[in-house]
Amino acid sequence: MRRFSLTSLLSEAMNAHQGWPRQWRKPDPKPAYDAVIIGGGSHGLGAAYYLAKQHGLTNIAVLEKGWIGGGNSGRNTTIIRSNYLYDESAALYEHAVKLWEGLSEELNYNVMFSQRGVLMLAHNVHDVQSFKRHVYANRLNGIDNEWLTPEEAKAFCPPLNISPDIRYPVMGAALQRRGGTARHDAVVWGYARGADAMGVDIIENCEVTAIHRGPDGAVTGVDTTRGSIKTKKIGVSASGHTSMVMGLAGVRMPLESFPLQALVSEPVKPCFPCVLMSNAVHAYISQSDKGELVIGAGTDQYVSYSQQGGLHITTHTLDAICELFPQFTRMKMMRSWGGIVDVTPDRSPIIGKTPVKGLYVNCGWGTGGFKASPGSANVFAHTIARDEPHPINAPFTLDRFRTGRLIDEAAAAAVAH
Amino acid sequence: MLLVTCPYCGARPEIEFHCGGEAHIARPETPSALSDADWAAYLFERSNPKGVHAERWRHLHGCGRWFNALRNTVSDTFLASYRMGEPRPDVSAPSDTSKAGAR
Repeated sequence: MRRFSLTSLLSEAMNAHQGWPRQWRKPDPKPAYDAVIIGGGSHGLGAAYYLAKQHGLTNIAVLEKGWIGGGNSGRNTTIIRSNYLYDESAALYEHAVKLWEGLSEELNYNVMFSQRGVLMLAHNVHDVQSFKRHVYANRLNGIDNEWLTPEEAKAFCPPLNISPDIRYPVMGAALQRRGGTARHDAVVWGYARGADAMGVDIIENCEVTAIHRGPDGAVTGVDTTRGSIKTKKIGVSASGHTSMVMGLAGVRMPLESFPLQALVSEPVKPCFPCVLMSNAVHAYISQSDKGELVIGAGTDQYVSYSQQGGLHITTHTLDAICELFPQFTRMKMMRSWGGIVDVTPDRSPIIGKTPVKGLYVNCGWGTGGFKASPGSANVFAHTIARDEPHPINAPFTLDRFRTGRLIDEAAAAAVAH
Repeated sequence: MLLVTCPYCGARPEIEFHCGGEAHIARPETPSALSDADWAAYLFERSNPKGVHAERWRHLHGCGRWFNALRNTVSDTFLASYRMGEPRPDVSAPSDTSKAGAR
């Protein structure tokens, strides 16, 4: 791996950038690995990276049925924050934010992490009470979050319409200054490059078609569209398709997969300084470094793998955007897309062991998995390497649905999270 | 937006309906006799298939009645609608390639 540095960039600038090598290899699958990760998104590649870096497991492979970063890693709104209500979630997402803060240096790859602040608007008394509760809970957990009046929110985000005559007037806002955005593809590529340099095989166009188990029930290998692979450890990081992959091992999951839509506008000059979310009217918006407004809409109400959602879902969000930002009413929307998100009953992820020995799962991130990529990958790697969860992901078991010890962020976050 | 066929009212736009999730999950007769694992399976585990899915719909802004429907979750094509209490119709799944024009 050739490192990026001022001297390497300068010398390549003189060389018309002809000297850069491939960022990662394209190996054929080997007959056996110490561990296999199913799913080449930011969570799966990150897990492979940390397995190699922190746990010394380098004879491993990431199997991706399409191309890396082609699923939800490439289909999200790149919002990063950690202002979750419950202690368990706060610890998990804050672990991720702390890793984000050093990720570009760690990977020697610019992930363009920009802590421009995440502003969450309150439009009714319940929102105000709920967000203030979040602010206090976050501060007790050492996570920055502060309460702003409508005028202070306007000062932080000048395009915001705080007029009292809009349909749902802004009554205040919670601001996490350390929140922000990152470049989604760069995270995938950075982890892929880093993992590959340590010997991890990243195998694309390789769909897992069967999971084999021995007489004792433990996993022994997988069949793929590119041949059979023997392995004793399988980490499933397959996002919306987790139910199908786990079904190959005979495990039923508490998951439902829904299309989640997002859209971007034509690129314009810098006009929007932060990330803004409104759960009540359901809108979230930021501006990418290219200048596009990145807008997140909601999920459809039915299970689907179609990677497209209903137009009324995006229309609903754009109505809210136009009310909050009247200056955007004449903006043209360029692209929209749908990603398939796997949602758990309590809207918290599942990271940990499964009833099958040697099979580990990282799923259920629902509508908010991107922000957690480094943290999730980090604790998932720990779980796979040591066959026991990291203290941070210990509460996020599959078993919590049996014990009843849910982490009910669904009730805490209202809609989007 | 989907075009949903209510067995009582006919085809109507999706915004008239509420989707109630997977169908044919019967509440156990005596929950107190169940193990925690079986109760969790009833409450939380879902088949979530990539293919034909039996699901409950309610014609919320119409007749208000619940019914079941079969839908292909890849193409979002509806294969059948039937009244509550009726058995699941036996339909073979059409090919998954009908993505374009499914709506």
